[in-house]
Amino acid sequence: MEADVLKKVPVREQEPKVRAANFDEVCLGYNKEEAMAEAVRCLKCKNPQCVKGCPVNIDIPGFIKEVEEGNFDEAYHVINKYSALPAVCGRVCPQESQCEAKCIRGIKGDAVSIGKLERFVADTARENGIKPVAPDTKKGKSVAVIGSGPAGLTCAGDLAKLGYDVTIFEALHKAGGVLSYGIPEFRLPKGKVVDSEIENVKSLGVKIETNVVIGKAVTIDELLNEEGFDAVFIGSGAGLPRFMGIPGENANGVFSANEYLTRSNLMKAFDDNYDTPIVAGKKVAVVGGGNVAMDAARTALRLGADVHIVYRRSEAELPARVEEVHHAKEEGIIFDLLTNPIEIIEDEEGNVKGMKCIRMELGEPDESGRRSPVEIAGSEFVIDVDTVIMSLGTSPNPLISSTTEGLEINKRKCIVAEESDGSTSKAAVYAGGDAVTGAATVILAMGAGKAAAKGIDEFLSK
Amino acid sequence: MFKILKKEYLANNIWLMDIEAPKVAKSCQPGQFVIVKMDEEGERIPLTVCDYDRDKGTVTIVFQTVGASTEEMAEYEVGESFMDFVGPLGCTSELIASPMEELKKESILFVCGGVGTAPVYPQVKWMKEHGIDVDVIIGARTKDIIILEEEMKKIAANLYVATDDGSYGFKGNGCDMINELVKNQGKKYTRVVAIGPMIMMKFVCILTKELNIPTIVSMNPIMVDGTGMCGACRLQVGDDIKFACVDGPEFDGHLVDFDQAMRRQRMYKTEEGRALLRRKEGDTHHGGCGNCK
Repeated sequence: MEADVLKKVPVREQEPKVRAANFDEVCLGYNKEEAMAEAVRCLKCKNPQCVKGCPVNIDIPGFIKEVEEGNFDEAYHVINKYSALPAVCGRVCPQESQCEAKCIRGIKGDAVSIGKLERFVADTARENGIKPVAPDTKKGKSVAVIGSGPAGLTCAGDLAKLGYDVTIFEALHKAGGVLSYGIPEFRLPKGKVVDSEIENVKSLGVKIETNVVIGKAVTIDELLNEEGFDAVFIGSGAGLPRFMGIPGENANGVFSANEYLTRSNLMKAFDDNYDTPIVAGKKVAVVGGGNVAMDAARTALRLGADVHIVYRRSEAELPARVEEVHHAKEEGIIFDLLTNPIEIIEDEEGNVKGMKCIRMELGEPDESGRRSPVEIAGSEFVIDVDTVIMSLGTSPNPLISSTTEGLEINKRKCIVAEESDGSTSKAAVYAGGDAVTGAATVILAMGAGKAAAKGIDEFLSK
Repeated sequence: MFKILKKEYLANNIWLMDIEAPKVAKSCQPGQFVIVKMDEEGERIPLTVCDYDRDKGTVTIVFQTVGASTEEMAEYEVGESFMDFVGPLGCTSELIASPMEELKKESILFVCGGVGTAPVYPQVKWMKEHGIDVDVIIGARTKDIIILEEEMKKIAANLYVATDDGSYGFKGNGCDMINELVKNQGKKYTRVVAIGPMIMMKFVCILTKELNIPTIVSMNPIMVDGTGMCGACRLQVGDDIKFACVDGPEFDGHLVDFDQAMRRQRMYKTEEGRALLRRKEGDTHHGGCGNCK
């Protein structure tokens, strides 16, 4: 394959028109030849900046070198030292603002497609039946991990590798957290990718108990004092969806993105064989501009709706990954930017029949550095929609914080934990992920899970 | 898997089951709920805890067949298992969580409607066990659909049965019975707990507001995860939006917007109807439901 070294090897994708009508994965990934050709582009820097951009500090040049030489199993073992979920990260990490943003290749031309290479390595390992191996050494101590999302799985995997006896408690009927209920099939296939990554964590010796609500069925104190755990990691995720507080928001046809996505992803409402219903909507407005908003919009599109994204700032401020915005546009989602809903209009039976919005313009930057939007007086107009999906982030779930004495929370009700080691105000209790930071990304949660695993190991080694 | 140890038909398509679920049985309290998911393809169905045996590790659920999923649930037999059974969820009943000395000063009237009699049962039982006498009204359309009368009789100080058609007990609905007790018989209550269909709770609350008796209701809106994630169960309570799964399911009945809650409960009615049709017609189902091509 002869290629311009400044350009990355393009990745194959399903055609936009075809994929807009199915739930199959959009990105098809690299094959062996493509991966090896892309790996050649890596400069194997002595002082690799990409590693610094990675929240779990994967030895990126190390694994890419193995790919270049065709040692795919070896490449997997390199990644596996750092990440328990490479097939997930290769798909959903915002590489363009992390590892790839730091890539020296990127100064002149395209950065190396690190994410696509990671995905290729993880997928190839799965196809070849390569699994991480449980350690021989046993520490003789046990850790309870609350939540089986990215933070919990990573923390559990790292602790198991160190020889701890780890049990994950999951409140839902299925493990995976946001990987299972939140991110759609077309971006992160459940059976092929998520379930097999969870199996890999289990093959390290980690036990997963589903249907256990910590904070209700069992408290954190009971885990430590009665059930004999030596430490606890809380990775319980973000929690309650936020709403705007505008009139009509409880009308039938207004959903949180969490509800819409949970119905479709976790409960598989898009599949006729499953019993959970979903109101697909004919004309759908998704309010918000993050990755979750894109996921909800593209799910609604696949269920047959005309979909608008309504976002109060401009395109430059969209918090979603560029790739997601690009995919959404390709599939035919319309972006109503600098637009903010002020009222949801109901028909006489309480169903959504429209959404009143106002045009916005950008003013001065706010504390997040983004220019804050200001209403343009008199610019109200009505969008004709029958379904509104609110994707405005979440506020923390009170189940654990309200039943755990001595666990400090901040004014946003997030658990207070040290970034460096996950320690909280309560001895032997560690926390990380969205429960601490509020809604963030998969990889940041994994980074927090990793830091906490290290913190717990240090604590239990004293 | 969660084994069914007992199954009993109560009346009016209402079923009672004892489920083996030691973790839930160990910690659940009156007022809380569980979520049942029958099999891989099933919905997550929220049901209020109706009784529990901490020694045996069982939890009692009572449900009425109202759609495809509950119909399927009623077909499960003793010895079979549900795939998922999670709980306890939601908050402990407000009264049970309040200090004993305050509770002893109260004079409480429980008002049950239909299948709502079942979640009232453990609350009354708890009161009895703690030496607190309470009155109970069971309201029903007609005699044949009354459930748990004998059980309730054993634990209530006074049990009043009211039927709309007068076929048994007092002739009238739950509200008429409250009026009879308070206005005609001069009974004084400091608190009403009403659990039943939303329409019944709504009218009980209108009446008790008039009578100036604080009233607790238990809401059963649509839920998906039941753990505080999806927001489907949100309710307007006074000026606030509350989530029944983590803030409730019990609320101050005088603040709940019942009309909105009833509208929201109907949201998936047609979708559920389609599922029921699909289930009843099985392989012969080819279109007509609006869902198939």
